Amino acid sequence: MADAAQILTTADGRPLKAALAAAQGRAKRRAFLLVLPLLLFVLLTFLVPIAYMLMRSVEHDGFAASAPALVEWFDENPDFDPANPPEEAFAALVQDLARMQEERTTGIAGTRINYSVPGSISMFKKGAREAAGLEPPYKEALLAVDANFGRPALWRGMASASNAYTAEFYLVASDRKLTDAGWARGGDKERIYLYLFGKTFMISALITVICLLLAFPVAHLLATLPMSKAALLMILVLLPFWTSLLVRTTAWIVLLQEQGVVNNLLVGLGLLDDKGRLSMMYNMTGTVVAMTHVLLPFMILPLYSVMRVIPPSYARAARSLGATSWTTFRRVYLPQTLPGIAAGSLLVFILAVGYYITPALVGGADGQLISNLIQFHMSKSNWSLAAAIAAMLLAAILILYWIYDRLVGIDRLKFG
Amino acid sequence: MKKTLILTTALVGLGFAANADVTVMSWGGAYGEAQTEAFVKPFMAETGIKTIMVDSDNPATPVKAMVESGNVTVDVANIEYADAIRLCDEGILEPIDASTLPAGADGTPAIDDFLPGAITECGVSTDIWSNVFAYDNTKFPEGPTTVADFFDLEKFPGKRGLKKGAKAVLEFALMGDGVPASEVYDVLSTPEGVERAFAKLDTIKKDVVWWEAGSQAPQLLADGEVVMTTAYNGRIFAAAQNEGKPFQIVWDGHIYENEMFVIPKGAPNMEQAMEFIRFATSTEGLRASAQQISYGPARKSSMAEEIIYKDGKTVMAPHLPTAPENMANALETSADFWVDHDSELNERFQAWLAQ
Repeated sequence: MADAAQILTTADGRPLKAALAAAQGRAKRRAFLLVLPLLLFVLLTFLVPIAYMLMRSVEHDGFAASAPALVEWFDENPDFDPANPPEEAFAALVQDLARMQEERTTGIAGTRINYSVPGSISMFKKGAREAAGLEPPYKEALLAVDANFGRPALWRGMASASNAYTAEFYLVASDRKLTDAGWARGGDKERIYLYLFGKTFMISALITVICLLLAFPVAHLLATLPMSKAALLMILVLLPFWTSLLVRTTAWIVLLQEQGVVNNLLVGLGLLDDKGRLSMMYNMTGTVVAMTHVLLPFMILPLYSVMRVIPPSYARAARSLGATSWTTFRRVYLPQTLPGIAAGSLLVFILAVGYYITPALVGGADGQLISNLIQFHMSKSNWSLAAAIAAMLLAAILILYWIYDRLVGIDRLKFG
Repeated sequence: MKKTLILTTALVGLGFAANADVTVMSWGGAYGEAQTEAFVKPFMAETGIKTIMVDSDNPATPVKAMVESGNVTVDVANIEYADAIRLCDEGILEPIDASTLPAGADGTPAIDDFLPGAITECGVSTDIWSNVFAYDNTKFPEGPTTVADFFDLEKFPGKRGLKKGAKAVLEFALMGDGVPASEVYDVLSTPEGVERAFAKLDTIKKDVVWWEAGSQAPQLLADGEVVMTTAYNGRIFAAAQNEGKPFQIVWDGHIYENEMFVIPKGAPNMEQAMEFIRFATSTEGLRASAQQISYGPARKSSMAEEIIYKDGKTVMAPHLPTAPENMANALETSADFWVDHDSELNERFQAWLAQ
């Protein structure tokens, strides 16, 4: 009796709980099927390429796959002296060079070594051409072809490249150089990556702040104006947003260059003398101005969407309770816009960090960002180094995202 | 549903195959147009093989990506000389048998007809272009005449435009410092030589406007942002010829190189691709290209008769990097040097810029 009361059943006698679970399961499966295309799309176009990129940054078998004899020798003699490798090592190298010549893999192997020891490609090509005709003792014979085959840095580089998995590209991306004595910090005139990382983040932060300061009043105006006027203003915000990036960048060049509209106007009005024209383009100023303009809508739109739904009665209530307008703004209005500020800042900052074409066109000498170097290595076929720099950028952004989550809370994000 | 999917995929695939028998990837812009006029249209007219031209910022990058991912959609690509060597070394390109290239119009075998270095293992030259410097002759009627003048801020005051990159800029600086063209790469191969090049650049660093895209150089000159700039010679020629800009090219110390047609490994239409290359790099093909844009043909036989620009009156010879009078003090880019040192020197260059 007690049992019958506890277990509710459906009309056909199945337990209600199981029937419900089955029905819900069907709905869940259907829902899952609906999002499946999106999941697959994200997986194929986003996660797989990122995984591939991360893989690429630690894996390169260009040398390991084409120099089996040396790979074996390095395996057996992990503690060899790079300053003075023995005859067997040179014999293995000559054997591999001859093999590379036959299998046409000299370029691939040389390229891999060239990443850490510049000059290796032509050395490998030269060595490979001669390898078949060399007689023992191989050490003397190979050194006669090119004395650089005895360089300790080369042997260190080859030993490291004999393993397809390597952290080398991360070392290079943090300004380390392979020297005869091992990996060391690059000279003053060679260090560039960490500096550019720092600069990229600084400029992005600066642009985010400027965007916020400019966007806040505009978004507020948009949110409080009557609908018809707000629509007009909105079009003014969106119009540049819809215009091609290149067109907007070029427009800024026309405006700001030394012989440009703004300078001509100032000179024409007698405010500037012809010799004292302002340099506002092809430097940091140009980069910041053009990027701020391009990214501004990404700040305005989230702010607007948040501000639109803030009831004006809160501010009125604060004023009627005696708060000054500053206090009202600071304690009542501003906290309510935080989700919009957070979303806009995050969007603008992350977009700015990866910006490429604008700094390339208007950056000049000091407006280069880290993305320009990623592009350089992509086009010069060092994809592994490009991937390592990109992975570092990704890691830095994820860390910032995490800090942001701790400080602001990601659940408070509102994109509109 | 699945069937339709397979069917549509197959149709799309067929569609592509039927749409173009040969897909050529080049740089777009005035250069791409010139190649369409000189190579693609006549080739289609003569052989009936459907050929299309697609553009890229630098075809070497997508070609490598395509071959590595095993999805090659391009049959012929137009890439820089150093890239033609590098990608060939990396096994990305198909070797080209030079003996199948057509003999010159005068019967000279192709191998002797092409200028030295114009045929490599995987590539055939389409033209020879050059890094020159040019000035606005309304500003300097007497004009700078040597590379040294480019670095002389006292004699020729005003801003300079330079390409933002190590390649061709370091060589240019060394020649400006008095290194003869024949010794430039020997000097640049030593650490002291690199120092010397950067020291020379230091003397004008504060007056340099750096450009990145080829079209920026003539634009900077036209806007009066710079009084002289390095540029690709074809761009200056086009601005002076077609738009009547008062630009004058200085040929002293120009740095030239071949541009190459290559076939990516696994190209879908290898046979037709090779036929296209044979057609385009024939005596007449290269001549036709030089009638469209001021880049020199790499075959001696193409220059046997006077080449007239497409406007019907301008004689091209004095505007081509390969003209004997322009070759008095000229440097051929060393692909070997840059394949070895591009990354290293570019890092150094970027660090120098940021200082």
